[in-house]
This record gives sequence, structure tokens and C-alpha cells, in this order.
Amino acid sequence: MPTSKAQDRVNDFVIKIATVNGTGSASANGLLMKAIFRSGVPVVGKNYFPSNIQGLPTWYEIRVTRDAHRARAGQVDIMVALNAETYARDLQEVASGGYLIYDSTWPRPALLKRDDISVLEVPLARLCNEHFDGVRTRILMKNICYAGVLAALCNLDLDVIHTLLAQTYANKPQLADANMKAIQIGYDHARASFGCPLPLRIEKMNATDGQIIIDGNTAAALGCVYAGATIGAWYPITPSTSLMDAYKGFCERLRIDPETGRRNYFMIQAEDELASIGMVIGAGWNGARAFTATSGPGLSLMQEFLGLAYYAEVPAVVFDVQRVGPSTGMPTRTQQADIRAAAYASHGDTRQVCLYPANPEECFEFAAKAFDLAERLQTPVLVLSDLDIGMNDWMCPEFKWDPGYQPDRGKLLDAEQLQHMERFWRYYDHDNDGIAQRSLPGMHPRAAYFARGSGHTQYGGYTEDSKEYQVVVDRLRKKWITAAHLVPKAVIEQDEGTDVAIVSLGSCDGAVREARTRLAAQGIRTNYLRVRGFPFDDEVEKFLQAHRINFVVEQNRDAQLRSLLITETGVDKTRLRSILHYDGMPIPASYVFKGVASVITPERPAAQLVS
Amino acid sequence: MTFMAKPNIMHPELPRNSRGMTRRDYEGASSTLCAGCGHDSITAAIVEACWANALEPQNVVKLSGIGCSSKTTAYFVSGGHGFNSVHGRMPSIATGANAANPDLTYIGVSGDGDTLSIGLGQFCHAIRRNLDMVYVIENNGVYGLTKGQFSASADVGSKAKRGETNKQPPIDPVQLAITLGASFVARSFSGDKAQLVPLLQAAMHHRGFALIDVISPCVTFNDHDGSTRSYAYAREHYEEVVHADFVPPAPQIAVAYGEGETQSVTMHDGSRILLRKIEPAYDATDRAVALETIQQRLKQGEYLTGLLYIGSGQPEFHALNGTSEVPLNRLAYAKLNPGPRALATTLAKFR
Repeated sequence: MPTSKAQDRVNDFVIKIATVNGTGSASANGLLMKAIFRSGVPVVGKNYFPSNIQGLPTWYEIRVTRDAHRARAGQVDIMVALNAETYARDLQEVASGGYLIYDSTWPRPALLKRDDISVLEVPLARLCNEHFDGVRTRILMKNICYAGVLAALCNLDLDVIHTLLAQTYANKPQLADANMKAIQIGYDHARASFGCPLPLRIEKMNATDGQIIIDGNTAAALGCVYAGATIGAWYPITPSTSLMDAYKGFCERLRIDPETGRRNYFMIQAEDELASIGMVIGAGWNGARAFTATSGPGLSLMQEFLGLAYYAEVPAVVFDVQRVGPSTGMPTRTQQADIRAAAYASHGDTRQVCLYPANPEECFEFAAKAFDLAERLQTPVLVLSDLDIGMNDWMCPEFKWDPGYQPDRGKLLDAEQLQHMERFWRYYDHDNDGIAQRSLPGMHPRAAYFARGSGHTQYGGYTEDSKEYQVVVDRLRKKWITAAHLVPKAVIEQDEGTDVAIVSLGSCDGAVREARTRLAAQGIRTNYLRVRGFPFDDEVEKFLQAHRINFVVEQNRDAQLRSLLITETGVDKTRLRSILHYDGMPIPASYVFKGVASVITPERPAAQLVS
Repeated sequence: MTFMAKPNIMHPELPRNSRGMTRRDYEGASSTLCAGCGHDSITAAIVEACWANALEPQNVVKLSGIGCSSKTTAYFVSGGHGFNSVHGRMPSIATGANAANPDLTYIGVSGDGDTLSIGLGQFCHAIRRNLDMVYVIENNGVYGLTKGQFSASADVGSKAKRGETNKQPPIDPVQLAITLGASFVARSFSGDKAQLVPLLQAAMHHRGFALIDVISPCVTFNDHDGSTRSYAYAREHYEEVVHADFVPPAPQIAVAYGEGETQSVTMHDGSRILLRKIEPAYDATDRAVALETIQQRLKQGEYLTGLLYIGSGQPEFHALNGTSEVPLNRLAYAKLNPGPRALATTLAKFR
């Protein structure tokens, strides 16, 4: 058994589990990840699942990372190969010195052979057949049994697993017992058959205190609840559906009026995305905090309505959990390929406020922020998450909620204010920030106005007059400048010692951070800017201008963030070099590292590359 | 189509409703539609119905999509709130607005293009949800603003002004709505204010989706030989039968027709549509009877009018959801915020 670099792999390795969709492996994978997390060791979980209900290959990757990295490592050390259909490719993926575990009930010694790794044969099906009855039970137990094998090999504490099972199946104790039995079978078998633990093993740490494991869609849904959102309208689409499911779950617990039993929320499953955004706009116009969640194809359908909301100035919040495009693309794979479509969603001179969360904690925070911004700016706010953030389990600091928070309703007048006004002009800029005052239907006799997507004057009347039209669109431009100061500021990490920078957004953050550490270890220092909102403020341009080379890291083919930076700032585009990852898998740290290190070396600094 | 501003001065003896308001208080901006447009008559009927129902203008929400008909929401109840949205999507705006606050009177005005072509899906789903709103289709069988293309309600064999003959069967919103389970379905004619006003009044009182399909002649694009709505065509297919008026359940509805009366409606362009009152045997509370009778008459080129179907007991949008009595847009944040302690409890499951 290879033992090279043994000691430095404690709490620092990657397990990947290859199974068949619909066979119950998700609970075993979640259990393993949680057990490692509860052992105080930071983890990263990535689920690679097919657009399918049952039968296609699926993988789950658990990165054990004592340094609390948040990206994929870009390699696999232990492969649990339980899907014969993918044996060949799973075998290839194991890093030299790693391990492959497979179900040797059906031995495949010829196929599963590599000289530089160890193949561990475990007769999972046979073990389960001996201990359990029923076809379905045996399949399910087989997919729990390997968790026991891994627990033995990687030195996981069975007590931790036992506690987790008891909590998970609190209402079905017999299920907890059956699962524990399967785990024990795998555990005992591994202990008897192999030298346990492996060098790739878990040793307890205290690095997960104050942390939770949560996905971005759940976090965003919770943010919506806390922001006071009452209306969610949506059309089911992967990978955004779980956001609405989570919102529903939270509302059923937290938003049923204790006295009347009635719902202080309204979820509307729409007939399509055109309707879902229409409902959000109707509700926003009528003063409720309303949102929808969608993905690329849905965003395309929403374009016309988003233009209406921009021009008629109606608050709306849209979560775009991005997936692989173009068109239907790969619905269960990740990308950041809606950046451009979101920024200028709709025809005409339309531009949309966008937020780019990087992780679940920002999904929670930006969800609340999005409603404040939408009402403050009276415009749609698009929160661009992605499948990686939205559907994968992330370790992140436990969310906090400011007990003093009050929703920012912006320039929403109340009946009292209207009572004291001589006239109310809906689209008139009183204080030169580009934002007009707003009223709600039924509020006051003076509150009435006519919202429309056709040309209108600053007083709310219909117009086809050139000047009257321009007054309004010029004010909208002014509002856009105001928006640049209100969206979350870019995160900037900068010192004077380098003229090389990495610019990125969203879920690239973990990979960029890890790559920077590795680059620095090799003497390549980089500054870092992560945009978190659109429009960009002046700081973004200043940062880009301050560096000879800005590597723009993003997960799409066409360098969409880079083109946005070129369009919206005065930076010379030769300063912006793309590192693009768009195969549908979350960008690994190694990819960013190689992208920079292949251009910049300590011996060949940026100054020699760019004159 | 007037270029004169409406005078501000009112006759002191204009009749007032129970709210002390005159009809003028329910008017809107001047119409920019063609002189004699049927839509303007419907606007007048809406003004009359809102006045007669003594609605508080600020509680009137006027919603529309795109097209000639959709412009008309600006022409009534200027004290109400208007939302002229995008083509065919008014129902979704209405759905969201109503979800936020059901305590207002929602009046949607749409056309046959807006509802039956681009907006057919949203129309159907608003019915499925039994959204509490009045939905008026100003149905002229033609696209006016784009100059005379057929709409989805044009009859087979009907000739467009430019000579083309329609070969596709029409979509009848009334039959469609009844099939989809709408609880209030009426058809009327823009020239028949005596029928339309009480229908509108009743629709405003109806809890749930109330459709009124109003035949509303296009004076500019349907005034030619070969149109199935032309005067000559209508005359040729005229068949006199016994009619009966529907006696409305709401006290506001006044019966304007005597029993046995037949109306042959001459449209502005000289074409006619046969508007037939409902027969004594007609049971407006029986969906199957309603559908069968409507279909039979349509085969004969006749349009039944009046309150064609009225259901009862279908729960509306909010009843189905079990929404809070206080409109969602008026719930205080304190009611909506679960607080930091609930957050800690919630997040404990993620440890």
C-alpha cells in the first residue's frame, strides 16, 4: 500500500463516490460529510447528478480540508466505484497513490487495475444480502454499507455516525437501527480485511465550531423569510426549485399565524416563467415583497417583463440559479453564463441591478439585501447564484440576523404623507438621486397613478413626445448611478507589492482564494477583486487600472464578466486576461492556479508581459 | 377621439351615488380610439357600473395588456390605480396584485388578440385559480393597432379588409371559460349598455373570476363585404326564435329586455351580429346545458348573450391558499420576521 506523503494527508484528501441515480446513495453521502464535519474537520461537498430520476450515473465528492478551502481540489484520492457502467472512467480519475473501492461481489480484477493505486475489494452486495431481506432494502443498505467501510478506512468515529442517524431518523427509529447495522457490517468487514485506518484519514479537529452545512438555495429561501417576503411565484426548473421548496418549508413552520392558522405568505406555482415574473411584478407594484427563482431558460422567458419592471419602476427580486447553457444545456451542471443576459435583460436601453453571491452565507445576506435594493431603487434585482452554490452543501459560518433590522421601503409614501402633499407625481425626481416617490393602490385618493410600459412623462401620463420621454429615461440613468453606490461593494484584497490581480465573481471565490495561496507559496503575489454587485462602482475601475494584468476568472466560455468590465469601465481591455472554466463542473483551485502560473512566474513578472 | 380637454365644471344637479359622487368622478382621460369605436361604449358602461356600485375610486385597480382595448383603462376611473402591462400578460399582473391585497376591485380589460392569442395561457390559468377579478374582453375579431389582421376570434370564412379569408376556427372565450371552470361567464355587446352595465355590476360583486366577453365592433377594420360580421351576412343568417332574459341574482341588475324580445345588432360599419337573449329553458347554473346551447346557436351563426353561466361554491384564489385576513401587503414586518431565536433553532438542524 503506498504510504508516500502519508502524514500530510491527514484531514486533507478527496473521497468520490460513484453510484446510480435513485438508489439511495444521497443519504449515505450526506451522512459521511456530516460525520466528518461533526468531527471538527472542514469539508466541501459536491454532488454531480444527472438530469434523470433513476438509472443514470451520479457522483458525490467530499473534500476533507483541514485548511478550510471551499473549492474542489481538482483530484480524487479515494474512489468508491459502485456503478459498473462508469468503472473505467472512475478508475482513471484516481490520483496516483490513491485508492479505489468497488463491490467485489462481482469481481473485476482485470478491468479495475492500476499499478499506482490500491484497489480495495469489498463484497458489499453479498454482505447485505446475508443480513437483509427484500430487493429494495438490500440495494438501499448496500448504499449505506459503504459509509461503514469508509468510516473504518478513514478513521471516522462510529459514535458520531450513530448520533447523526438517530437525529435524522428521530421519528423512524427502526430505520436508524437498520442503517447503523449496515454501517457496522461495512465497518467490521473493512477492519478485518484492510489495514485501517489509511494514511488518508480523519483526525478530530475543532475547526467547525460556529459553522453550519447548508446549500445556497436553502440559505436564500431563509433570507427571503427574514426579509419579510410574502409572495413567491415560480415555475419549477432545475436547479432553482429547491429554493422555493425551502421557502415553503420555512413558511410552513414560521409563517402560519398562530392565532388564525392562516398563511402570512402566498406561494403561487405559475404556468410558466412569463407568468411567474408577472405575478412578482404585480405583487411588487401592490407593495408586497415578492420574488421568483429560476434558471437560464426561465430568465430568457422573463426578459420582456423585466423590461417593463425596469421602465415602470416596480420592485421585483429574481434568483437566477445558473446552470449550463446555451438553451436547455445541461440542467444539472453549473456555469456562470447568465451574467450578460441578466445585466441587460430585456430590449431597449434596459439595465438590471445584479448581485453575485459567492456562497450560502452571501445567498442569505443578499436575499435580504435584494428586497431592500429593489424597493429602494424601485427596480428588479437579480441575484445570480449558480448550481454549485445553490444545490451543493457548503460549510459556512452560522448566519446572523440583526434584531434591529427594518425593511428599507425606499421612497414609499404613506397615507399621512400623501395627505399633506398638493399633488403626487409618480415619476418625478424630487431630490436629484434619480428615484421618484411611490404609492400603493388603495392607499389614499391622491395616490393613484398609471403604471405603464409605454412612453410616459415624469408625471405619469402617456407620451410620445421626444422631450418628455427623454426626461424619464435620463432620470433612470441617474438612478443607475445611484444604484452603483448601493449594491454590495466589491471585496478587494490588495497590497502594493504586485501588479498582477485576479478578478472574479460568485462561486469562483473559493478556487481563487486557494489558488492565490498556492501562487504566493511559489512567489507569485496577486491582488484580488471579487465583484458582488452590478452596476460597478468607481472602486472596480480604479482597481483594474492599478494592475498591469487582471486575470478575469469566470465559469463561462465567452468571458461575460470580462465583457461587462470592458463595457462598463474605461479599462483598456488588454489588461484583462481570461481564465475560463465552463465544462459544467465547479471550477477547481488547480485550474485557477495553472491559469495564472502558466503566464506569470517569479522570473517572468507581469511587467515583462505587458508594456 | 377628442382633442378637447374635458371641462372641469360639472352641472350641479348631476345625480350622485351613495358615496355622493357623480358619474364624472368615475371618468378618466379622453379616449384616443377611433370615433365610434365599440370600446368607448364599454368604457362608458364601466364608468356607469362603477358609479352605480358606488366604488371608492382609490380601491379600483385597472389592469390591461396591449392593444386598443388595453388602452381604455386610462379612460375610466382616473382616481383608481392603473397598470398597463405587456401583451397578453395582464392576468399574471392581476394575480400578483391580488395576492398582495384582495381587498380592492380588480378590473382587467383585454382584447381578443391580447386574450386569445398571445395571452391564452395566462387567461386560462387565471380562470383555474378563480382569481377574484372582472375580466372584460373587448372582442372585435381583428387586430386594430397593427391594421386589420385576423384575431383568433375571427370566424371561418370571414374576409379581412385586405381580402384574405380566415380559414382557422375561432377560439370562443365563453366556451373556453366555462370548460375551464369559470364561475361567472357572460357575453354582451358594446352597443347594449342596458345589458352590459348590470352584467358589470354583477361581475364586480362576484367573488372569483368573472368573464364578460363583449362583442365590440371595430369601425375601421371590419367594414367590408365578406366579413362574417358584416351587415349583409348577418341579415342572411338571421333566424327569429323566442328569447328570454336572465334574471340576475344580484339586486343591482335591472332587467332591460322584455320577454320574447329579439335584438339584431347593427355594428358601426353596417355589419350585424345576431345577439340572442337566453331562452326560458336555459339554465345558467348548469354548465353542460350552457355549453350545449351556446354551441348549437354558434353553429347557426348566432351569439347568445347575457349571463351565460354562473357557478357557486368554487373557492376563490385566497380561499384556496388560506391567506391571512389582513392583506399581505399590509402585514407589519414584526408579523413576518421570525426573529433571531427562530433563526438559531432553524440553523441548529444544519450543524
